[in-house]
Amino acid sequence: MPQMFTPTPTLEAAGPNTMTLNMGPQHPSTHGVLRLLLEIDGETIIRLMPDIGYLHTGIEKTCEAKFYQQVVPLTDRIDYLCPLTNNLCYVLAVERLLGLEIPPRAQWLRVMLNELSRINSHLVWLGSHALDIGAMSVFLYCFREREDVLRIFEMVSGQRMMTSYFRIGGLALEPPLGMFDAVRKFITRFPSRIDEYENLLTSNPIWLRRTKGVALLSVEDAVALGATGPTLRASGVDLDLRRDMPYSSYEKFEFNVPVSSDGDVFARYIVRVQEMRESNEIVRQALEGVPEGPIKADAPKIVLPEREKMKTQMEALIYHFKIVTEGFPVPAGEVYQAVESPRGEMGYYVVSDGSPKPYRVHMRAPSFANLQTLNTMCAGRLIADVVAAIGSIDIILGDVDR
Amino acid sequence: MPLSPAITDLELLKGHPPLARLLAWDSAAVEAAKFDRDELTIVVEHGALREACAILRDDPELQFNFFADVTCVDWYPSEPRFEVVYHLLSIPRHQRVRLKVRLAGSDPQIESLTSLWPSANFFEREVYDLFGVRFSGHPNLRRIMMPEDWEGHPLRKDYPVEGYR
Repeated sequence: MPQMFTPTPTLEAAGPNTMTLNMGPQHPSTHGVLRLLLEIDGETIIRLMPDIGYLHTGIEKTCEAKFYQQVVPLTDRIDYLCPLTNNLCYVLAVERLLGLEIPPRAQWLRVMLNELSRINSHLVWLGSHALDIGAMSVFLYCFREREDVLRIFEMVSGQRMMTSYFRIGGLALEPPLGMFDAVRKFITRFPSRIDEYENLLTSNPIWLRRTKGVALLSVEDAVALGATGPTLRASGVDLDLRRDMPYSSYEKFEFNVPVSSDGDVFARYIVRVQEMRESNEIVRQALEGVPEGPIKADAPKIVLPEREKMKTQMEALIYHFKIVTEGFPVPAGEVYQAVESPRGEMGYYVVSDGSPKPYRVHMRAPSFANLQTLNTMCAGRLIADVVAAIGSIDIILGDVDR
Repeated sequence: MPLSPAITDLELLKGHPPLARLLAWDSAAVEAAKFDRDELTIVVEHGALREACAILRDDPELQFNFFADVTCVDWYPSEPRFEVVYHLLSIPRHQRVRLKVRLAGSDPQIESLTSLWPSANFFEREVYDLFGVRFSGHPNLRRIMMPEDWEGHPLRKDYPVEGYR
């Protein structure tokens, strides 16, 4: 007889007084399709097991069948709250494989847009995290500012979410007129808007009761369980790849890395809110200092020619045709490029065998690793704290499952 | 930054502390090494992986205390077929090292690193699920992305991109 049901992971109750409870995959607080198996004794969590894979779309396999430049749109779909960070990480990896030098203007614009996506991602996190815990109005405030950021993305790329704006060798297009003004308007207003969120939450007694001392994660556990990003920094480890292992000229920017040693939900909240202020500062520096010059590397065999040249020059037409139809070969080798995404260390491991298609693309997803800390955070706590803990590690299920 | 050719001569690479430390420990455990595009790769003999990682983690001069990633590359049809690739990060020193282990295509098996870093848990399950490489000593080696009754390991090169029809 054929098997009627797909067997799903189960959790056997260990003791006579405990029971197992299924949470998700459609539970609204799981930020997507995360299924949690809880073993509980009354209201207390004994252990917790995440069951993931509901959003697995085989992106790593698909990448192997595409040309290098065709992979860029796929990377958007991984962490859909910061598509530009994914784009950046992938193009940096391929540029290192090629040994390609990127013009400063493109690097600075990349930094600016990358920090705007960090703000975008943190705003969605703050809004939905507060909504989970019960502070509903914060969500509306956060999405008001997020709309401004998405408008800027739409200006540069024509898309609000799946931007695909970075290309191997630079940017897709010169940013349109009015984009810098929109960014300037946004960054002058944004710090006062962060004050608004903080007025609603930081000293709110209900918020404090729900977050202070909840879902504790010690330094040792955070490192051992592979946490990165704000989750790691809120546990007291001062590591930020933008400052410590800089890429895309981050070494030219001055910013602070917020760290807290409390290791609870509140610490993660404070670290992320301060990060938004720092990101705003980086965007301001990038805006003021953005150099003039080209936005694409001088590599005609890799970077698509300008439309004008393609229509008037024969070489440009040939290169265009060859890049689109055959791709471009990448020297054999391998690169692991890590960037600091809003969630932590996002790493792309790209292996080339010398052909125009990547032999292997692997994404080290920060949400995937951060999810492993959930059991340690929640053991011994109440069921209601699980909701706060999931929100505080800021997972994106597209990033977890890929 | 034009590409410079990869350095694969062990003698020339001795200046890199992780490699020097592993060679001083057991020169037979290091099969090969490569310095390419500013990244150090050490190919470790597959029985020595766990101890090599423990040395890199605990040595006060190195402190590779963070397990960043493990994945696998399938070189089908050549042998040894699988390359299991580990990325370690030293948080105090801001350095990375890549360790590789080569495994034969029939019954690929390697020791699990979950006893050194609990974070290896999900990553090794993912490699098992998508490549079929078994990790001995893993506490819960089950499929993580694909359904439990899935047949085959999708990221293997002999698995069609559109799946079996």
